[in-house]
Amino acid sequence: MPRQKAPKRIFVKGNEAVAHGAIAAGCKCFFGYPITPQNDIPELLSKILPEAGGVFVQAESEVASANMLLGAGACGIRAMTSSSSPGISLMQEAISYMAGSELPAVIVNMSRGGPGLGDIGTSQGDYFQSVKGGGHGDYRVPVLAPATCQEAYDLVIDAFDLAFKYRNPVLVVGDAIVGNMKEPVIPRKVRKKSDKAASWCLSGAKNRKSRLLKSLHLEEGGLAVHNKNLQAKYKSMKTEVRQESFEVKDAQLVVVAYGSIGRIVKTAIRKLRTQGHKIGLVRPITLYPFPDRVLQTLAKQGKKFLTIENNLGQMVEDVRLAVCGLADSDFFGLLPGLTPSPDDFEKPILKSLKKSLKR
Amino acid sequence: MQVKEKQVFSIPDVIKDRPTHYCPGCHHGTAHRIVAECLAELGLVEKTICAASVGCSVLIYNYLDLDIVESPHGRAPAVATGIKRSRPDAFVFTYQGDGDLASIGLAEIMHCANRGERVSVIFVNNTVYGMTGGQMAPTTLLGQKTTTCPSGRCLENEGSPFKMAELIGTLGGTVFSARVAVNNVKNLKNAKKAVLKAFEIQEKGLGFSFVEILATCPTNWRMTPIQANERVAKEMIPCFPLGVFKDTTKKQEKP
Amino acid sequence: MSRAVFREERCKGCLLCTIACPKKIIVPADRFNQQGYKVVEVPEKDMSKCTGCASCAMICPDFAITVWKTIKPKKGARKDAAAKSA
Repeated sequence: MPRQKAPKRIFVKGNEAVAHGAIAAGCKCFFGYPITPQNDIPELLSKILPEAGGVFVQAESEVASANMLLGAGACGIRAMTSSSSPGISLMQEAISYMAGSELPAVIVNMSRGGPGLGDIGTSQGDYFQSVKGGGHGDYRVPVLAPATCQEAYDLVIDAFDLAFKYRNPVLVVGDAIVGNMKEPVIPRKVRKKSDKAASWCLSGAKNRKSRLLKSLHLEEGGLAVHNKNLQAKYKSMKTEVRQESFEVKDAQLVVVAYGSIGRIVKTAIRKLRTQGHKIGLVRPITLYPFPDRVLQTLAKQGKKFLTIENNLGQMVEDVRLAVCGLADSDFFGLLPGLTPSPDDFEKPILKSLKKSLKR
Repeated sequence: MQVKEKQVFSIPDVIKDRPTHYCPGCHHGTAHRIVAECLAELGLVEKTICAASVGCSVLIYNYLDLDIVESPHGRAPAVATGIKRSRPDAFVFTYQGDGDLASIGLAEIMHCANRGERVSVIFVNNTVYGMTGGQMAPTTLLGQKTTTCPSGRCLENEGSPFKMAELIGTLGGTVFSARVAVNNVKNLKNAKKAVLKAFEIQEKGLGFSFVEILATCPTNWRMTPIQANERVAKEMIPCFPLGVFKDTTKKQEKP
Repeated sequence: MSRAVFREERCKGCLLCTIACPKKIIVPADRFNQQGYKVVEVPEKDMSKCTGCASCAMICPDFAITVWKTIKPKKGARKDAAAKSA
């Protein structure tokens, strides 16, 4: 049997994979500001984006970056920004405006410890900020959570497609581990789909009526209608839900974890399985829309749950909501400020398994 | 004998045919019209994208028939940067008031100018926050009473007014920075010349251009339109002198 | 005879045109428009004084004024017209 030619790979950090993914996706503009632990993204893009015919701007702040992103989005152009937790806090106003004005944008967050200046290490403390909307108003954004460098590359490409499909900002949420670990990534040629932006974007009103992109609705009842339409859009996003299910079929305890923690927990589960423990994992890949159906199905089968996050308890609320009435979820939080390893999770998983078998 | 006549003043088509919400005697309408005339005369209307701002002029899209995107308060220069960098062939301008540009948006305007973004900024300075009821602005004059400095702006507590046209003129990327007024016909004509120049500079791809327009706010100044108009000459111009504070094109013209 | 044409429904009675007009022929009228503003007018007897300078239109913040200027006939035209009709 003829050996298949191994696909070309690049050996890169997660941050770099994000940058390469953006180029593959046809990103034309990047606006960013330095912040640890994601500086590889603007640094690499400052070199390769102009080489690919795009534009790189180091903005004066994250506030400015997010607003430049708004401007490019208004023009229907593929544009991206990246930052880390405190910088993403600064972007919330612009994200709310982009959601309200229905503008496409990709925002990458390599989250770090918080609150405040926190630290420069990994954490998952931005779950609420990402999924529950850190900005004001009733809006949602699709949130994608890579756990590998390959996912960091692929999900950025998907983020652009989702942003234009739904005319919405999209968040890609990694963390300091995902951003800085180095793995082989298989790049791919992305078949360019039409963004269908030509029907709504700003380009100068030549031979057509002028267009207005805004989120202000002062007329009586106007804002109510607009919000109804937005909610219908968010409902339609449910079809985009993605998750990875690992060894759940015969599991007695299902661990729910995402991102780098999902990856590390998987290693712990593999080890515990060799010891005969029946444990599975559901790893949400989209944090919004959340994979509640999958969890409900497993809850109906009588499985027990343990949510593990690198924070003090954020996604666990959504797990509990998903299985509400059918089950409950135990919780173990690795405190931000500590670097996780599989050993950190073995004891908590076994403790939870013991508890669940008693019930 | 039939009298021949020609129309010597008309309203440009890019101005929508509807009444404005601006107060009687507010100079926003005048400023809008000057911008509209310049866009029309330079043939820019069809390729213009405007980054609107937050203030009384948030509703500028009701009056100018252009592609417009609403920006968060103060962020229009950043939004304009995103627009121009993603569509370099478009003609891009922002239209901002003194709270928007000189308070919350101070970082964005300084950096947009310093980077020499090929955009034009129209800055309407009426020394108060108009839309929200007349609070103190970065350009409120010393001694001027507003709702948040009821005893009058005082140096020790509130600092002194920002002179934006001068400040912007000190920045590397600025090609043209000027301050004008529209309180009388002579100043109006000079104001239009300045805006034309600013727009031409963008068209030639030379860099950043900025025009500060001194304006009235009769309602929040608690004055009649005519009194407010007089205040521009009496009080504002002595503090904010009219003129050109930077024009790098002049150097280039020298033989 | 040049003339300024006022769109009364747009006038907000700010009176800036009254101070801009170099001939001082614009005055507040006695009537109000639908918005409740007291509008301005040029009394009929004074319109002939209008020079078509358009100062009023330039100063008006409400796009309410347009101006027509009379084109003076060329110097020789009258003589030619007289000769033709003779």
